[in-house]
Amino acid sequence: MARTLYEKLWDSHVVHVEDDGTALLYIDRHLVHEVTSPQAFEGLKLAGRKPWRVSSIVATADHNTPTSHWEQGITDPISRQQVETLDANIREVGALAYFPFKDKRQGIVHVVGPENGATLPGMTVVCGDSHTSTHGAFACLAHGIGTSEVEHVLATQCLLQKKSKTMLVRVDGEVGAGVTAKDIVLALIGRIGTAGGNGYAIEFGGAAIRALSMEGRMTVCNMAIEAGARVGFVAADDTTIAYLKGLSFSPKGADWDKAVAHWRGLVSDPDARFDAVIEMDASRIVPQVTWGTSPEMVTGIDGTVPAPEDFKDPVKSEGVARALQYMGLTPRMRIDQIAIDKVFIGSCTNSRIEDLRAAAAVARGRHVAANVKLALVVPGSGLIKAQAEAEGLDKIFTAAGFEWRQPGCSMCLAMNDDRLNPGERCASTSNRNFEGRQGAGGRTHLVSPAMAAAAAIAGRFADVRQLS
Amino acid sequence: MEKFIKLDGLVAPLDRANVDTDAIIPKQFLKSIKRSGFGPNAFDEWRYMDHGEPGQDCAKRPRNPNFVLNQERYQGASILLARSNFGCGSSREHAPWALHDFGFRAIIGESFADIFFNNSFKNGLLPVVLPKAEIDALFGLTEHTPGYRLTVDLPAQVVLRPDGYAIPFEVDAFRKECMLNGWDDIGLTLRHAEKIREFEARRRTEQPWLFA
Ligand code: SF4
Repeated sequence: MARTLYEKLWDSHVVHVEDDGTALLYIDRHLVHEVTSPQAFEGLKLAGRKPWRVSSIVATADHNTPTSHWEQGITDPISRQQVETLDANIREVGALAYFPFKDKRQGIVHVVGPENGATLPGMTVVCGDSHTSTHGAFACLAHGIGTSEVEHVLATQCLLQKKSKTMLVRVDGEVGAGVTAKDIVLALIGRIGTAGGNGYAIEFGGAAIRALSMEGRMTVCNMAIEAGARVGFVAADDTTIAYLKGLSFSPKGADWDKAVAHWRGLVSDPDARFDAVIEMDASRIVPQVTWGTSPEMVTGIDGTVPAPEDFKDPVKSEGVARALQYMGLTPRMRIDQIAIDKVFIGSCTNSRIEDLRAAAAVARGRHVAANVKLALVVPGSGLIKAQAEAEGLDKIFTAAGFEWRQPGCSMCLAMNDDRLNPGERCASTSNRNFEGRQGAGGRTHLVSPAMAAAAAIAGRFADVRQLS
Repeated sequence: MEKFIKLDGLVAPLDRANVDTDAIIPKQFLKSIKRSGFGPNAFDEWRYMDHGEPGQDCAKRPRNPNFVLNQERYQGASILLARSNFGCGSSREHAPWALHDFGFRAIIGESFADIFFNNSFKNGLLPVVLPKAEIDALFGLTEHTPGYRLTVDLPAQVVLRPDGYAIPFEVDAFRKECMLNGWDDIGLTLRHAEKIREFEARRRTEQPWLFA
């Protein structure tokens, strides 16, 4: 019978099924970071259990690590304790790889896994972090999990999971110049809503997805969770295979050829049926900017802020009113009239080399506007930072008035010192614009890296397509 | 894990869609390496007038009188009434830990975000999905009836209103069993240890590169 890629990935990992369909899925890769793991390691120890397969673990510290003054270490004592707890736990149990604070390969867990070849097609990947969906770009079944599940995977190498319904998001055609993976996924969320993917596993396909680099596919899959889907993925193809060749943990020699042959089959069968299909026309997508406090509150750079009365559903209408109040915006205001205070280019959504190149291309020879208090560029990992520096991107950014920082999650969630002050407005390449996400009272607008750089230069949102 | 069988409790209404995990427990509290003590910081930014940081004495902080859970009539509530997509956002289990620590044992809503839904079951917090029309009615009843209580009966899979009206709900048989018995998932899974080992051995032969 014809199967979707989801069904293939699912079937190949089922160890056991309960009567009600709850399955035990075998887990190939377990990514670990400091925030959601301490309680899991503690639980394991209290129960007198040992990790099932230590070689599945790849760990790094990212959420709490500072992005400047590394010589001072982590000055916040509570953050430091959390990072030191991870150090101690990994020292005690072991791992395939650990990239601790200050290691040259340290970085955001969802950046570090793929760039080292620790995320391979056909794997099940889990991490105590919702953006684990990122790894689906490699034709993986990648689930974000809670801490109890982290403990469960540590102890059993399995995840208890119910099969999802399948959704195909097919993005046909070609995007215009200046339109990126970020705009595709924001436009999708704008259309189906943040709960649109609840209960579904989303496969992204179509010509516009096929045309994306692995970086772009990771951006799209990263935000599948923002559309409500726990997993999002893209079928394997030449782009996937070319990216993986020669990475640290990629298969080598005869294994490589066997692996590639296997990966070629990681596609949905042509006549496979999906429970839902969403079709989008890439050529109609314009650069996106969120205006509210949920990623679905989004419109094009050529658009305006809506008014609460545009929405019939009273809960929705009230939600819009509350969002506009929080964001300090008035109905019908043009998006390109919204001035900003800060810019953040980074996060597991958009901190890869291609993202930095796109932002640098806009920043080159220009300068950050006078009203912008801080424009941060935070590479996703030490390796990306080194590559960007080798390409001279850091010089372009600093000459343009951006700050060039050390890798980490940084102002994506503001657990370290990088944050918005109350009322400050930020053009951010991250994935969540929830109230307080980037600092209490902070106002986040999600955009692509090129659009963030354009906003930094203009001091307000600006259409990157019109920058000559 | 904590058992859940039948709960009779005071209901508190949180009339917002898309209540995200950043709102349920802001990130500065995720720095803790413990599982407990998050209750005083549940909904921190909505609940207090000042900015919260870990280690404060929350009893002394100024409360936001407009936040519904601060109202006298909802003190001691163990059932939270919610709208759609409750718990969206991050995978942080600190969210159900905070809600449980606050005193909630059940959340009744139109829909829940997937990871939050999953995490709740593992922490003695029963998420109950009801149709929108029922939720609308319950918001009306809760707001207009001081001391409004509901009974959540897991074995019978019904939410029982004080007027005798019973609203059925769905729950996976496996999750229900686990909650009714307070079973530990890990212990249950390890009953299949032999099967896991066999699966793993086969996989190691077929795709050795996954075990580098
Ligand atoms: S960059 Fe942001 S979304 Fe990604 S893992 Fe870090 S905190 Fe989470």
